[in-house]
Amino acid sequence: MKEMNELSRTDREILNILQADFPLTTSPYRDVAKSLNLDEEEVIARIQAMKKSGLIRRIGGIMDARSLGFYSTLCACKVPEQRIDEVAGIINRQKGVTHNYIRDHEYNMWFTLTAPSQDEAMQILKSLQNDAGIEVISMPAKQVYKIKVSFEMSEPDAL
Amino acid sequence: MPYDSTDREIMRFLQGDIPLASRPYKNLAERLELSEEEIVLRVSKLREKGFLRRMGAVLRHRQAGFAVNAMVAWKLENEEEADRAGKIMAGYKEISHCYIREVPPDFDYSVFSMIHVKNEERLAEIIEEISLRTGIGKYIIIRSSRELKKESMQYFTPEGEG
Repeated sequence: MKEMNELSRTDREILNILQADFPLTTSPYRDVAKSLNLDEEEVIARIQAMKKSGLIRRIGGIMDARSLGFYSTLCACKVPEQRIDEVAGIINRQKGVTHNYIRDHEYNMWFTLTAPSQDEAMQILKSLQNDAGIEVISMPAKQVYKIKVSFEMSEPDAL
Repeated sequence: MPYDSTDREIMRFLQGDIPLASRPYKNLAERLELSEEEIVLRVSKLREKGFLRRMGAVLRHRQAGFAVNAMVAWKLENEEEADRAGKIMAGYKEISHCYIREVPPDFDYSVFSMIHVKNEERLAEIIEEISLRTGIGKYIIIRSSRELKKESMQYFTPEGEG
């Protein structure tokens, strides 16, 4: 897979614009090209390559769960080693579970749940606990200080 | 409703991977019987109203050169420390997320920060600096060892209307 330090300066410039300054226009890639003095075809081809390599997960919108009236919470549970795959299967098939990781902690499985309301989230957690036969703790945010999902693509040495 | 059914259709479209084409909104505009300009205007309004946090590329951290991605949870000695600590942490460009969370009584660490850095040395450096600046001496690094699932939230899917 293509790593960051193999990217050209042009690719990095494109990535910075795509992350921080995506043009809200009918032809966004043409506008990105224009601002970098490139052809639109070249910009699209470079983005295509960065998608193929896996660096770009997707291009689109990132919604704000709270503003949309959704409830989200970080959950954790203690899962015996031999049950990890089974429990992950139960949790991951639940709609609204977007992230799930094994982590180095007494609570070893951590997942996020987003649901249309707090009540629904609590019902989902209850049924997950029943289905998996494990206790789940829920840790919703009570104060948000930062949510930033873009990364500045500086020169590799500066990273 | 602060957003209508057309906005919902647009958000359903945006939450996926939009077409990598010269005119990515063309097909959507045809389907919704709107002009592409109207779509873009609505996208801008959704952005202004905060429903859309950001438009653009979503990267995979590891491939973007951030080899070390750690969740660090900090223990507050008293609640008054929370705000100052949250603000200090939010100032770091290496920190992508920072929250104070409601935690159960047996879990003492309520300030959560996600730190993305190039190497372990930098992680240790940042943690030490934050610890000094905030005065929070107790923290745990909760590292991930395996990704079981990672995807974007799908809002407004037909079977589970939000």
